[in-house]
Amino acid sequence: MVVLDAAHGGDDTGGKLSDGQPEKAFTLALSVRLRSLLGARGMQVITTRESDSAVDLNRRVEIANHANAQACLSLHASESGTGIHLFVSSLPPAPSPEGVRFLAWKTAQSAWVTRSLALAGVLNSVLLHAGMTVTLGRTALPAVDSMSCPAVAIEVAPETAAAGVQGQPSTSQLNDPAYQARVAEELAAALLEWRTDAGRTEATQP
Amino acid sequence: MGGVLWHLRDRAHQRLVAGEDSAPTSAPTVAPAEQATLLVANDADSSMLAQVQSLPLPQDPGARARAILGKLLDLYAAPNATHPVQGGAASVGQIFLMPAQADSPTPLSASQTAQTSPPASGPEMAVVNLTSAFAASHPSGLETETLTLLSICGTLHANFPRVTQVRFLVDGRSRPTLAGHADLTRTYLAAEADNTEAQHP
Repeated sequence: MVVLDAAHGGDDTGGKLSDGQPEKAFTLALSVRLRSLLGARGMQVITTRESDSAVDLNRRVEIANHANAQACLSLHASESGTGIHLFVSSLPPAPSPEGVRFLAWKTAQSAWVTRSLALAGVLNSVLLHAGMTVTLGRTALPAVDSMSCPAVAIEVAPETAAAGVQGQPSTSQLNDPAYQARVAEELAAALLEWRTDAGRTEATQP
Repeated sequence: MGGVLWHLRDRAHQRLVAGEDSAPTSAPTVAPAEQATLLVANDADSSMLAQVQSLPLPQDPGARARAILGKLLDLYAAPNATHPVQGGAASVGQIFLMPAQADSPTPLSASQTAQTSPPASGPEMAVVNLTSAFAASHPSGLETETLTLLSICGTLHANFPRVTQVRFLVDGRSRPTLAGHADLTRTYLAAEADNTEAQHP
């Protein structure tokens, strides 16, 4: 099970991208595309929104936390920086979630930070293998900090390849359909690998 | 009528005397230039680079911290900045230094912070009051907002090693996020400033 949270929506437009498109539209399109790709590969997917609607942050977290998901992705886009930015909660790691009965709402993610870092590692590995520029970081994002699942915030930025066609630097803009498709394909591949890794870990546990 | 005129003349005289009392009697001095370390963010690879700058710094810790962060934000407002953000030095309203708290669950207000002064030693919390114009003009995005906050935290810690925690206010009030993403309601640890790295294929 994977939860896809297309950030923003409704009155909350998010950032403005270079072609005038609001961030909320990009994240929704990426969520829909990723859901289709994962569904076609037999993965169950829950999305926090399927249209341009305002969804409260707490409601997004409730959806994610009720799903008991193997991975929760908060999807964002920005014109700042290059490539794919992967962010894990900056909360300090707390004891494993198996031994914890109650988690504080605003810091629930602390019990999952170690697994979230592992998920970010798999995403990073697959994206790098696909030739994309990846930035790893820690941040304080209210929705992610409250999630009780392995959670990563993914921010898609324009990609600048050092040597493109004919040795010239090439740039993939956010409004480039080919770039959007490539990002979604690689994220889907990474989530499949994460599911396989998780299944392997469960199989080896007594 | 005469009494009223006498009373008005007396009040005007008192205002004049009060004005003379508050007139400056010594010339303002220019603080000597000192070195300050700035952690300058770079959007291209999501990194922060320590940069030593020489600038006049006042002795008062709060004013000193404000001058250092002002310099940092001036760099971000300059053309061809590695982390472009509008506003410059005027974006920092005040900086309050206070004893660090083990846990700070409730949002702070400017009036609360102004009542406390830091002890002679021990960890400190810096409360940075930014202007709403800065927040309104800040680019929206997870990476850019995070870099701004972490570079402020890292710069404060580099110049005030006792500052281990940082909280943010905007126009003296708590605000949910900087520009739609990074949480402004929580306490940031200065140690968080070195957790970003870029990887290229």
